[in-house]
Amino acid sequence: MAEAEPFSMKRYLRPDLTLPFCVGCGCVNVMSSFLRAAHELGHKDLSKFVFCSGIGCSAWIPSPYLMADSLHVLHGRSIPVALGVKVMKPELNVVVFGGDGDIVGIGLSHVIHAARRNLPIAVVMVNNMIYGMTGGQVAPTTPLGIKTTTTPYGNFEYALDATRLVVAAGASYVARWTTAHGEELTRSMKKAITTKGFAFIEAASPCPTAFGRRIGFKDVAEMLRWFRDSSIPLEQASKMTEKELEGKIIVGEYVCREKPTLTDNLSKILKEAQQNAAI
Amino acid sequence: MERDASLVRKMASRTRFWQGNEACAEGAIAAGCRFYAGYPITPASEIFEHMALRLPQLGGIEVQMEDEMASLGAVIGASWAGVKAMTATSGPGFSLMQEMIGYAFMTETPCVVVDVQRAGPCTGQATKVGQGDVMQARWGIHGDYAAVALAPNSVQELFDLTVRAFNLAEAFRTPVILLSDEIVSHMLESLVVPDYSQIEIVNRKKPKMGDSKFFMSPDVAPMPSVGEGFNVAVTGSTHDETGRRFTADQAVHQRLVKTLTGKIMNNADKIIDYEAYNEDACDVGIVSFGCTSRAVYETVERAKKEGVRVGFVRLKTIWPFPEEIIHRLAQNAKTIVVPELNMRELFYEVERTVKGAAPVFSVNKVGGGEMITPEELLAEVLRSVK
Repeated sequence: MAEAEPFSMKRYLRPDLTLPFCVGCGCVNVMSSFLRAAHELGHKDLSKFVFCSGIGCSAWIPSPYLMADSLHVLHGRSIPVALGVKVMKPELNVVVFGGDGDIVGIGLSHVIHAARRNLPIAVVMVNNMIYGMTGGQVAPTTPLGIKTTTTPYGNFEYALDATRLVVAAGASYVARWTTAHGEELTRSMKKAITTKGFAFIEAASPCPTAFGRRIGFKDVAEMLRWFRDSSIPLEQASKMTEKELEGKIIVGEYVCREKPTLTDNLSKILKEAQQNAAI
Repeated sequence: MERDASLVRKMASRTRFWQGNEACAEGAIAAGCRFYAGYPITPASEIFEHMALRLPQLGGIEVQMEDEMASLGAVIGASWAGVKAMTATSGPGFSLMQEMIGYAFMTETPCVVVDVQRAGPCTGQATKVGQGDVMQARWGIHGDYAAVALAPNSVQELFDLTVRAFNLAEAFRTPVILLSDEIVSHMLESLVVPDYSQIEIVNRKKPKMGDSKFFMSPDVAPMPSVGEGFNVAVTGSTHDETGRRFTADQAVHQRLVKTLTGKIMNNADKIIDYEAYNEDACDVGIVSFGCTSRAVYETVERAKKEGVRVGFVRLKTIWPFPEEIIHRLAQNAKTIVVPELNMRELFYEVERTVKGAAPVFSVNKVGGGEMITPEELLAEVLRSVK
């Protein structure tokens, strides 16, 4: 058997562009995990993919850096645009990249409805727990008590658990990891791409510029250590009390189930409508 | 595809008695629309319901979205998948759609947005007619922008102008607004549905293999679909011809904005359409659009009996504004009268256009579903030349 070609991120990127991310930004890890997953699934290029993203640093993972079709949309609105693309071109893999502000702040209703519809796309939410691009304002995912530029006395709201929300809304595949879990993240990306149905991955990701240094981390290595130390596997978490789980990131595959997707259901009613009309 | 064609033919026979909203939906189908996304709202829901019934029969898709931003978002996604797509709404939904209209304009995405106007602002009177979205259609989105908006005044025109809205959207790669109103959309009237082979259909220009410039051409750039191998990068941020972002460069931003607005304004003569009567030989000129314009025809006849010659310009294209014909009307008429169901939105635009050539008088009414009657219009016409 011929030796598999080694993975090269460059192969999937536009050659004349430099990535825009800060040193230590987790977006690069998420991008790399995704492209490695595409590579391991045998995609020599991204011609079978369409990428949609909103506004925020992680929206720049696909746009325009990936050598692929990409729609860089408005803040929070990538998922509806992805729906329009997917239902008219179901043969393409539609992948959404977005931050926590984009996906579960301004765009929250869209992700819930996409999961409810079982829209067969993959959504990768890069959760840096902050509005990074705009300079570090509090996000719906910021832990209680954290000082940000808009909560100078500490965050007085509770963080949203996006992953559990999307599970409850009916997604087919849901997983949560951090960028300190490279292998697991890649494995989940592969499942997200191949799952027949709505797939959602939350990747906790360091923003050393607008978050890490403000909350007292010396460097990104320290942040990643924090991720690793506070990550609790799902199985272990199920045996812990709520008090013990405070401030922890519960990682793992939350759900992996298949049911007819939006496009399946649509093609069924299309067939019926055409038969009825022909009579 | 065989079945698609036969079904279209079946619907395409001559005279029908339809509701305006139904005519709009059938016009969209005749124009080749095969994707509709919407959110329920009075008085536009019949367009949605009719599309929900008809599109699946033709292999098209209709989805009810979670809100109006998502509706137009899905329409834009479908358009980039190569499909003609539409949404319809009324005032409150039209407000929510503004951000996506801006995105469609910036990314040069052909799509049609129908706004069936009702009495606003805010929730206002959901079931009652209004014409208060004239300026929202022009200036609703932030930043510099050139709007294309058409205004039907009959069930026939709801069919014809919906076809035209798609053709303009495809020709100029821009969102086109069909500014209907509750009266025109909800009334039933007979219309002639032309044989489909007689309807002019415009389709977007497609790129050739190897093309890499898909944006920002004064001649309208070719538009690839996703999945065709062009690796198109679409963005609502400032970008150049290839779609690369330039988030700080002044020259690129200015070139982009000038090209996108110029693409519309330099072709205004191709977009502008109106009905004019006696514009060169009248004492009083009436400028009107939509449901209000239906009172004008009778006013002309009644004024004749009073010895006053009335001419009119009835706007079928409201944006870009048909300045030339209105200016001509003002050169000949002693006075101009502008009836509208809002607080002088068209009036100020007419006044700006006539540049003092003739005094402009306003007739307004808002709310309660009340129209401006021919009597009221006639009274103002006679008063204006007294």
